[in-house]
Amino acid sequence: MNENNSTKNTTTVIFEILRYNPETGEKPKMQEYNVQVYKGMTVLDGLNWIKENLDPSLVWRSSCRMGVCGSCGMFINGYPRLACNNQILKISNKKLQIKPLPNFDIIRDLVPDLEGFFQKHKSVKPYLIRKDIQEQNLPTGEYFQSPDELTNYIQFAYCIKCGLCLSACPTVATDERFTGPQALAQAWRYNSDSRDEGSDERIKAVHDEIGASRCHFAGACSDVCPKGVDPSFAIQLLKQDFFLKTLKLRKDEKETHVIPTAKKYVPNPKIPEAPKPTVKK
Amino acid sequence: MRESKLWVYHLIAGAVILVLLGIHMFIMHLDAILYSLGVGSQNPIDSGVVFARSKELFFMITYIILLGTALYHGLYGFKNILMELTLAQKSEKFISGFLTLCGVLLFAYGTFAAVFVFMK
Ligand code: HEM
Ligand code: SF4
Ligand code: FES
Repeated sequence: MNENNSTKNTTTVIFEILRYNPETGEKPKMQEYNVQVYKGMTVLDGLNWIKENLDPSLVWRSSCRMGVCGSCGMFINGYPRLACNNQILKISNKKLQIKPLPNFDIIRDLVPDLEGFFQKHKSVKPYLIRKDIQEQNLPTGEYFQSPDELTNYIQFAYCIKCGLCLSACPTVATDERFTGPQALAQAWRYNSDSRDEGSDERIKAVHDEIGASRCHFAGACSDVCPKGVDPSFAIQLLKQDFFLKTLKLRKDEKETHVIPTAKKYVPNPKIPEAPKPTVKK
Repeated sequence: MRESKLWVYHLIAGAVILVLLGIHMFIMHLDAILYSLGVGSQNPIDSGVVFARSKELFFMITYIILLGTALYHGLYGFKNILMELTLAQKSEKFISGFLTLCGVLLFAYGTFAAVFVFMK
């Protein structure tokens, strides 16, 4: 990272960052750092540079640095974004204001408390639910799914649980109990999966007084989602499905059948065998 | 489950209002258009005409349906707005109960008036 200083083509950008440490009892305050920014440098690179060179006490969450783990969500210049997915100079060449995601409690500095968020996610039972429990536990084959059936839900399966959508949602802002766009989109992701039979089990969590009917389609979640999940669209589909089923205008989905896997697997002789494991179980 | 059901009824009530309020607007307030087509009365809100209309079965029934759906739609929508204030659960229960009571009383009173005038 130190080559940062020696690079000629850099611009000085002021990082104004919210600092908060509950252990000191002090109120959150803003602190400024000057960062030499080169073309292509991401907000996460900037934070790493500050931590390495200016202030090791700065705290945030990140892991994959490539927009797949969902841990680096922050409120950057008034917009919820992933720090690793956004280049500094594309946002500003003068000043970056970085705060933790709104609508969450702060644990420290830029670290939001995502505990309630994951609880909401779990509440909608985000996994395949089948009536044939025996088959599910001891599978005799695979559940068939056509490419068309896959496209029904694949977009919603791209969610990386970053929480940006909840931080943008005006309904979550007024009522933190609201199940929220992420969890509701996941409910639809499984309801619309042709292999799933769990819509009835999800009804309680999805259609209670803090569920889908609280969404007024502001669409802020879909605006900020870094993966193009479009959670507000998923909620509309969830509502439409409930509406049509209540009026008996939509039939329940047909069952997905198990297709037996090939009895005997014959390996391709051209492919050499995998080496033996080096670690014993 | 229950909440989404109430919301489904809210939408259906909205659709019914759309039709009935449409009829209402045409007959009462856009009467000039209808009259130029040779339908309806020239002065639909004259007391005598209002009274005569109230004695027709069709109008009595649509008045009651419009009253019920508009009350439900308006009060349920209003409740939703109030629920977003995230008050204590006790207050939320009180508001829901109070609005339901208002709705029921107003519906009873309006229905009584419509039936009373119809029978008179
Ligand atoms: C032309 C007839 C009408 C139609 C088609 C209609 C439709 C709708 C729809 C679709 C919603 C949104 C429901 C949702 O949040 O998902 C709504 C909300 C609402 N409507 Fe109506 N409506 C009509 C007339 C009325 C009337 C006459 C009133 C007043 C008595 C009213 C009061 C409300 C209220 C208070 C809300 C809640 C707004 C909110 O949740 O922010 N509506 N209406
Ligand atoms: S729906 Fe989008 S914004 Fe919301 S948690 Fe998933 S990836 Fe993040
Ligand atoms: S660090 Fe993984 S999404 Fe940003």
